[in-house]
Amino acid sequence: MLDAGTGREPLVRVRDLKMHFPIHSGLLRRRTGAVKAVDGVTFDISQGETLGLVGESGCGKSTCGRAILRLYDITGGSVTIAGRDVAHAGPNELRRMRPTMQMVFQDPQASLNPRMTVARIIAEPLDEHTRLSRAEKTARVHDLMDRVGLNRAFANRYPHEFSGGQRQRIGIARALALNPRFIVCDEPIAALDVSIQAQVVNLLEELQDSLGLTYLFISHDLSMVRHIADRVAVMYLGKIAELSPRDDLYADPLHPYTRALLSAVPEPDPEAAAASSRTILTGDVPSPANPPKGCNFCTRCPSVMDICRRIDPDFREVAPGRHVACHLYDTTQDGRPTAAPIPTRQGETP
Amino acid sequence: MPQNAPVLDVRDLTTIFHTRTGEVHAVNGVSFDLRRGELLGVVGESGSGKSVTMMSLIGLLPTPPAEIRHGTVTFEGRDLLRMDDAGLRRIRGDRIGFVFQDPMTSLNPVFPVGHQIAEPLRKHMRLNRRQARDRAVELLELVGIPDAARRLGDYPHQFSGGMRQRVMIAIALACDPDVLIADEPTTALDVTIQAQILELVKDLREKLGMAIVWITHDLGVIAGIADRVMVMYGGQIVEHAAVREMFARPRHPYTRALLKTVPSVRGRREPRLTVIEGQPPILTAAPDACPFRDRCAYRFDACDRRNPPRFDVGPGHDAACFWDFDADAPRGRVAAHA
Repeated sequence: MLDAGTGREPLVRVRDLKMHFPIHSGLLRRRTGAVKAVDGVTFDISQGETLGLVGESGCGKSTCGRAILRLYDITGGSVTIAGRDVAHAGPNELRRMRPTMQMVFQDPQASLNPRMTVARIIAEPLDEHTRLSRAEKTARVHDLMDRVGLNRAFANRYPHEFSGGQRQRIGIARALALNPRFIVCDEPIAALDVSIQAQVVNLLEELQDSLGLTYLFISHDLSMVRHIADRVAVMYLGKIAELSPRDDLYADPLHPYTRALLSAVPEPDPEAAAASSRTILTGDVPSPANPPKGCNFCTRCPSVMDICRRIDPDFREVAPGRHVACHLYDTTQDGRPTAAPIPTRQGETP
Repeated sequence: MPQNAPVLDVRDLTTIFHTRTGEVHAVNGVSFDLRRGELLGVVGESGSGKSVTMMSLIGLLPTPPAEIRHGTVTFEGRDLLRMDDAGLRRIRGDRIGFVFQDPMTSLNPVFPVGHQIAEPLRKHMRLNRRQARDRAVELLELVGIPDAARRLGDYPHQFSGGMRQRVMIAIALACDPDVLIADEPTTALDVTIQAQILELVKDLREKLGMAIVWITHDLGVIAGIADRVMVMYGGQIVEHAAVREMFARPRHPYTRALLKTVPSVRGRREPRLTVIEGQPPILTAAPDACPFRDRCAYRFDACDRRNPPRFDVGPGHDAACFWDFDADAPRGRVAAHA
């Protein structure tokens, strides 16, 4: 199906996930529409794998991550984590599932209680979900602090006494407290300085190797996702435009949006910057409350065709492990392409 | 750029903040010039002093808590640091334009954008209502806002993030300034929108020929648009060179580490990211040693004794480091950059 073909059993299985937020307006606050933040997203994540989820602000990537962990009650679709149905679980059942699935948030400032010491923050999940004795909890907290590279001596300090990078380590330690199998990392490095980002990313990778963790790594930073992810899903306006193994996606992006997105990333090399020809998208992302008819990218697509304005393309596998939702890859019944393929990457050194 | 006459000349700028817990030495003896028509990139992490430097030189910092302790800033033959508020106001928005990171907080939400663009035109250029309106339409067209005449009456919240930043640029350009200071103008924007703004700035430079200071933490942005680059760390300029030279031959350990720590979307994928260990310095006192020494792989005894001056390491290239990367040895007695 949608795993990388590694033969590993998918740990996370997301099918046609929908998360719509109602819009109420008028005097009687009647429901007049919906923001389709996530509108039919399908993917698997294998055990031990990192799936990168990239896209621009407002594309629904964070909502998607939160919906998978049932931080919202979803509108439609299904989510299975470690064989258990998360999307439709009752409150008690869901509570028992919580230790398996955890989250690391973007802003460590906002996601840590300023009135709690580091030790209490990290121990809070243990209080909620385990029956450890006080001494066992302290030992576990110290162990977690060692793992994420925080000095044990700081256990009784408060979050404001730490730098941004260290605060993110506190958030990671808290996420690890209950030995989760799956962690959603929602822009975990976006608020950090460049020199600190690498420290946190290396830590996440070390923890993955030693604990066999599975990550959904949500980010707008395409270069960092290229570093950390095994496969990458590109989201646009609530839908996945392309899902491919990492090297394929960066070497040969299929969807015109992926191409434009990659081409927009400024290259830290003046020679390459002068030589490359960029695809500059015109206009802005349409509102998810009122997406365009047909393909949702048709208003900005450089390769737009007539069919794109009428029919929403299916999300399908066009090469082993490579999925794309684009009419450029439509085939007729005898398997021939219906559209001329767009030329591959231009003006860039391999 | 052809003319090398500096439009702006900053010497030994030192800015401190008085806080409840003591002094913070945010900018420590920064010297640079800005030449006519060039784009000078300023790179640094948060707390490196890049924004405070630029805000100091046009009097945008509240004093107190800030105090500009030393320095001169020469613009059109006058020292901006010794000018009164009225004089500075005449220069700000007229001769020197500003674009900030977050267009939502720097635009006034209760006035239509047309009013906000026309205001400097009427104040500084003494245009009448009609002339100011026509010029505002012209400016919005210049920065690529479609249907400009109709959008004059729209409020900031009716524009998207990228469009708001275009409005900010239009305001900054309103009086045809000689210098534009842009502080992280694309950081809050998405990459595809950032690409639009970068193209716009390149285009405007060709049309208008003003000098630009572009503050950013993104080395990729700098590589694409800057002529010269200054790297700031701990409130000081640690390296300064032409953009190609800086990326090809970095001569300060911080610049070298920074270039390695950023992964690329093209090029080779490293299995492990290079890390700069440790934290940036806390600037509670004037530096008496190298601010980068705690995180530096090349540290030796000289680094603890003295703050390195900026040594010339090539044509138009200087680095504040006692280690000589060309000789792969501690630096001998070399003339320091003034």
